[in-house]
Amino acid sequence: MAQHEEHTTHSQAFYLLIGITLLVLTATTVGAAFINLGAFNPVVALLIATIKATLVVLFFMHVKGASEKLTGAVVVSGFFFLAILLSLSLADYLTRSGPMWR
Amino acid sequence: MATTAIAANEIPKLNYLNNGHTIKSWLLTTDHKRIALLYLFSVTAFFFLGGFFAMLIRLELLTPEGDLMQADTYNKVFTMHGIVMVFFFLIPVVPAILGNFVVPLMVGAKDLAFPRINLLSWYLYVAAGALFLHCMLNGGVDTGWTFYTPYSTAASNTNVVEAGLAIFIAGFSSIFTGLNFIVTIHRMRAPGLTWSRLPLFIWSTYATSLVMILGTPVIAITMVLVVAERLLHLGIFDPALGGDPILFQHLFWFYSHPAVYIMILPSMGVISEIVPCFSRKRVFGYNFVALSSVAIAVFGFLVWAHHLFVAGISLYSAMVFSFLSFVVAIPSAVKIFNWTATLYKGSVTFATPMLYAFGFIGLFTIGGLTGVMLATIGIDVHVTDTYFVIAHFHYVMVGGVLMGYLGGLHFWWPKITGRMYPEAWAKLSALFVFVGFNLTFFPQFILGYLGMPRRYWQYPPEFQVLNVLSTAGASVLAIGYLLPMIYMLWSLKYGAIAGDNPWHAAGLEWKTSSPPPTLNFDETPVVTWEAYNYDEIPDVPLEVPVAQ
Amino acid sequence: MEPEAHGPELVHQFSDVQQQKNAASLGMWLFLVTEIMFFGGMFCAYLIYRLEYFNAFAAGSQQLSIKMGAINTAVLIISSVTVVLGVKAAEAGKRKLLVGYLVVTVLLGLTFLVVKGFEYREKFEKHHVPGATFSFTDKFDDNGKQYAVNSKEAELFFSLYFVMTGMHALHMIIGCGLFTVLAILAWKGHYTPTYFTPIENSGLYWHLVDIIWIYLFPLLYLISRHS
Repeated sequence: MAQHEEHTTHSQAFYLLIGITLLVLTATTVGAAFINLGAFNPVVALLIATIKATLVVLFFMHVKGASEKLTGAVVVSGFFFLAILLSLSLADYLTRSGPMWR
Repeated sequence: MATTAIAANEIPKLNYLNNGHTIKSWLLTTDHKRIALLYLFSVTAFFFLGGFFAMLIRLELLTPEGDLMQADTYNKVFTMHGIVMVFFFLIPVVPAILGNFVVPLMVGAKDLAFPRINLLSWYLYVAAGALFLHCMLNGGVDTGWTFYTPYSTAASNTNVVEAGLAIFIAGFSSIFTGLNFIVTIHRMRAPGLTWSRLPLFIWSTYATSLVMILGTPVIAITMVLVVAERLLHLGIFDPALGGDPILFQHLFWFYSHPAVYIMILPSMGVISEIVPCFSRKRVFGYNFVALSSVAIAVFGFLVWAHHLFVAGISLYSAMVFSFLSFVVAIPSAVKIFNWTATLYKGSVTFATPMLYAFGFIGLFTIGGLTGVMLATIGIDVHVTDTYFVIAHFHYVMVGGVLMGYLGGLHFWWPKITGRMYPEAWAKLSALFVFVGFNLTFFPQFILGYLGMPRRYWQYPPEFQVLNVLSTAGASVLAIGYLLPMIYMLWSLKYGAIAGDNPWHAAGLEWKTSSPPPTLNFDETPVVTWEAYNYDEIPDVPLEVPVAQ
Repeated sequence: MEPEAHGPELVHQFSDVQQQKNAASLGMWLFLVTEIMFFGGMFCAYLIYRLEYFNAFAAGSQQLSIKMGAINTAVLIISSVTVVLGVKAAEAGKRKLLVGYLVVTVLLGLTFLVVKGFEYREKFEKHHVPGATFSFTDKFDDNGKQYAVNSKEAELFFSLYFVMTGMHALHMIIGCGLFTVLAILAWKGHYTPTYFTPIENSGLYWHLVDIIWIYLFPLLYLISRHS
């Protein structure tokens, strides 16, 4: 079947491959949760989650190969300002000397 | 490029105002200009409602005793004043009225990107307003517009849930407006209208819209959590249940600080339009002014915890936020310098819009500098929760935002209505506003510094003189607001016909008729010139048209 | 720039179809940014309380079913695949294939919600729903060592659990409704290879809801599971 190949459309096989990759990563994160990595458990979990999210954004949401860089800039800015909210709030909580409200 | 040739003494036969006379053609309109007028009507109504509550506050504060109303009622009055003024007036006033009207015209488009979403925006505003009115009529809220927990979530027995939901809905009105502006500015600029040729009002509106998109959802989820906590006793913000009230403050102010930039940026954009026109000069340092708008929007997200200096955050984070709050003042100062430099050696006309612009520049400077004072932790510890803070934010909100709005309303009134307002009355009103405003709020700086707390309905007798001055000023200010209601309505029927460009201003909006046709331009303009090309516009001595 | 021979109705404010499509796409992306910030507020609350009340949060997390959470994660990932394949089918003009993918997407979404329903029921039965009926007696199992946890702190974990997964589920319900409408319109032949913008943009929404779950799953279900 002839397919109209636009620069944003990948092949069906490619999408299935990404899907399988995501499933494998899910299994990985579950598996990693059962290994004692100490303080690195949440780091690994979030890292895997971020890789999964990035795959979805780049390939399923067609950000890679999008006609304009604007799309990527919009995505990045969304997560960037969320990072601001999280990090500057943490800057308060992590530097407190006393316990939080009880 | 062609514009419709119109005799100078005629309102164009078919324009957006008379294109359809039925109520349905207004309530189901998708024309951005009509939607701007729908907003003008509803936002003005809320402004006077908020003003009514202000009047009650000032009347109570005429005497040191709490004799006009009970303390609980006073709590409700200042809360209502705050919520109405912040969410139903200051946030939408310039973007939803002037922005909606002018943005498509300025970029040479036929409408905004999503006209039906624009209409939805207005209906969301009205729905939020109706819900809030219902809340008010049921006894209102007494938590302060800041809804601090656990009082709002656990202890208050007023209508917190309704108020929270109203704010949630109003937030989406704001989000959709911002979304529309960003897409319009990115996608629908006329041929040749590059980013560096855009009017500065567009840059400001764009920066404002970024803040609306990024910040408003956080107040939305915060209100959802407050409502959920109140209804289900969850404990996210309640210390008795393991929660942290400071977390509420972090989430609340993460939006509410950038919100003040939603309020001021569009007004700054208006000033950037008025000053070059009435100095007949290009804006000094266009790139700096354009980028400073974006800088304010971005940096504005980094400073919110300066509202929490005494709330219990760590000293280290307080210092970080204090430093960042100093930094955010810089782009604002850049604008002030650039406007002043634009005036220098300009050919200045003191028409009403320019009077408001002058008022803005002076009063915003005072408000902004007192903000920098408040960013200094040592000073803040002394004056926080006093009238000093109230004076500061009224200087920037009223002396800044409202003056910019009034200046813009007068500047674009001929374009919106085809008529000129009466200049003499307008100048008089501007004077009332300026004098009344300073008389109302300057004494409050002193009161705050001397220690008068905010949100108290009584005060020590030694503060009475300053309070009486403040209330007197408020009466003068009220006249300054009522007069335009009268003369602008008068001008609709009896004002001088304005013509396409009574101010000989630069900008695409002045290249179409006043009022414009529904689709804005007969032909899509093609732009080949820089913004504010006043050196190319024939040097016509600027006379303000008067009624014949 | 000629108008397309068959395609969407060009609305008056745009000068050509491509501009209209780009505008719609940008609009949807901006809306998704608002969703990121909306959920972000809850992630902020979660992050702070997890740091402060780690033992209680770990104990609460250990009471969640990894099996159901992982199944749901897999279901959503597969549904994202069906969405993107649906967009591909739309672009190729394959109407029946498109409808098929849209319907499967809705079914997968409903599967997610059903599993969620089972989870919530289990929580209700164990008295882990915050409020008057809340009772938490389980301990935090840290490598075999048992720590008692403060009931209020555990209740906070479950408050955030229900609020975050509840808000996510609400977005799933909206997504299922949206895709049902799309499936019906697709069946009626509404979409052509030159006009399938609503499918693309709804797909973006669905993928974002998937991404939110991609973060919710490890954060809520996988705290301190090792032994």
